[in-house]
Amino acid sequence: MLAKIWAIFRKDLLIELRTKDSLNAMLFFGIVVLVIFNFALESVRESIRSAVPGVLWVAFAFSGTLGLNRMFAAEKENSCLQGLLMLPVDRGVIYLGKMLAATVFMLITEVVIFVFSLVFFNLTVWNEIPYLVLVFFIGTLGFTAVGALLSAISVNTKMREVLLPLILFPVILPILVNAVEATSIILNTVDYRTLKLPLTIMSVFTIVFGTISYLLFEYVLED
Amino acid sequence: MIEVRGLAKYFGRFSALRDLHLSVGEGEFIALFGRNGAGKTTFLRILAGLSRPSSGEMRILAPHVLTPREARGSMGYLSHNTALYADLTALENLRFFARLMNLPSGDGDLAEKIARVGLLGREREPVRNYSRGMQQRLAIARAFLHDPVILLLDEPFTGLDQHGTDFLKAYLADAHARGRTCLMAIHDAPLGYELADRLVVIEKGVAALDVAKAALTLEQFMDRYKALAEER
Amino acid sequence: MDHKSQSRLDTVLGVLLLVSMIGALYMAFLGAPREKTMGDLQRIFYFHVPAGMTGLTAFAVNFVASVMFLVKKDRWWDNLALSAAEIGVIFVSIVLVTGPIWAKPVWFVWWTWSPRLTSSLILWMLYVAYLLVRNYVPDPDRRATMSAVFGIVAFVDAPIVWFSVRWWRDIHPSPMLETGGLSPAMRPAFWTCWAAFQILFIYLIRRRFYLEAARNNVEWLVRRADTLR
Repeated sequence: MLAKIWAIFRKDLLIELRTKDSLNAMLFFGIVVLVIFNFALESVRESIRSAVPGVLWVAFAFSGTLGLNRMFAAEKENSCLQGLLMLPVDRGVIYLGKMLAATVFMLITEVVIFVFSLVFFNLTVWNEIPYLVLVFFIGTLGFTAVGALLSAISVNTKMREVLLPLILFPVILPILVNAVEATSIILNTVDYRTLKLPLTIMSVFTIVFGTISYLLFEYVLED
Repeated sequence: MIEVRGLAKYFGRFSALRDLHLSVGEGEFIALFGRNGAGKTTFLRILAGLSRPSSGEMRILAPHVLTPREARGSMGYLSHNTALYADLTALENLRFFARLMNLPSGDGDLAEKIARVGLLGREREPVRNYSRGMQQRLAIARAFLHDPVILLLDEPFTGLDQHGTDFLKAYLADAHARGRTCLMAIHDAPLGYELADRLVVIEKGVAALDVAKAALTLEQFMDRYKALAEER
Repeated sequence: MDHKSQSRLDTVLGVLLLVSMIGALYMAFLGAPREKTMGDLQRIFYFHVPAGMTGLTAFAVNFVASVMFLVKKDRWWDNLALSAAEIGVIFVSIVLVTGPIWAKPVWFVWWTWSPRLTSSLILWMLYVAYLLVRNYVPDPDRRATMSAVFGIVAFVDAPIVWFSVRWWRDIHPSPMLETGGLSPAMRPAFWTCWAAFQILFIYLIRRRFYLEAARNNVEWLVRRADTLR
């Protein structure tokens, strides 16, 4: 089973590395969001460092949604989904492969957006990096865990990709709240002991929704 | 081999299939005819497991009882969509599907499959560069990579040139000769008549006509087919 | 239960509803004592909180119905899920409207971002999203399946949302605190209102369910007519 998950993961990665369709869009959009926030937060320029966690995660969430939309939109071309559905594999395996690929794309995008934010907002971070990596990783995993399921749902509706943000954002609110707080703790207060709770909530979210999505995926996947 | 009883499929108020009965024996080649929207595609998709029927019974490989997953392993489905990843090469496409079907995915094994559909030499190009006919051939290789006992085809000759048509005819004749069971939806009545042993016409959501080829000449069949289509 | 007993039950429920609502209004406005700090405004509490609790009950019903639909594939459960979700959204809307009405005179702001209000808002959004999913899937069988999956996701998400919002508020405390406590003298009024809302919930959900079942019957009849053509 692991080999099959890996095969699906590899295939998505291969296509993306060749076309770079998703990544380009996600990166560009993420940076555009940063720029917009720069203008939006002009009046609080002095304390902008405290707003950075929120800005970052909004940028991550928006560009992540773009990536999730592409996840199944790409399979619609040539009805590739049909080919996948004819395979003697559990639907949950397809879920895991695609979810992991989406996580990788999002993480790549997040690193780039973060670097740009360091430049735009004049920040310096060194010791904080391992903790940031941890928070970004768990937050992203939670995002894609439920995002992959909801993307499969929305792509099958009349509104297609437009529906995804509408149904995704209420659901991932716990991830956003905790991720922003955790990032803020790392960048602003540096009281790492308080990281335990948000990280725990995000991990619980990821495990719970990863499991539910794995089990329910067969019901939503249709051509 | 395949048992279908009372199959119905509704999309809201619209009925694609109403009360379809069909019994397919091992090794039979059935040509499915019918007007556009008569339900041929819906029927094939339900057999393939891509769509759930609203009511009715369906057994694949009866009398065995299979899980849906096992049933998928014994079928291959080819529609007018190729289900190929346009940005990957033929080799990469087949390697992906081979891995997921637990088939040997070494370059040598795949090269053999590619050669069988006459695409050797172009296997390292992205599928996007292929002509329609070439894509169809690769789609055939993909759909039947695991040499399934049941072949389901939905209008496979659409958009093929003479060369491609000849190739597919030979491919299907070979599969038939090796004892594979085939269900093929087709518009071209003479072609379907030529390839099949049994002719089924779906009209108004039921199997309105179900005869062995031996029982009718092509002209007789086409007369009855036309009569059914005009019946309103 | 046949049609006649159903109608009889509806009549009984209707009478019960009328009586309990009158009782609730009496208890809330006249029977319960006047609150010390906020005065008569506090009486909103007797509607604000039971509405929230009933909303949660509705969403729990939706969750069970969604799971049962996926298991049994019987549209009866889908009808129940839809009815429960719609009624639930109505009740949570009551919470979201009574909240600001209460907040404005007391804290001089319309919205307090308190844990309860914030969680109610997110809950409201989750189930509006559920209704959106239903709205955009035309085929009835697929609609039932997709929304059942989302219904499960939404209900599992709710407690995690609650924890997250509460913790967030703990970190960023606000001086605007809602009174949670009830003096013993207030309890009869509270529970009367709660009971009235529960009966209202059952009454509304039955009516909504009938409507949906009737729609399904029409669909079935059209199919039958189609077959006989």
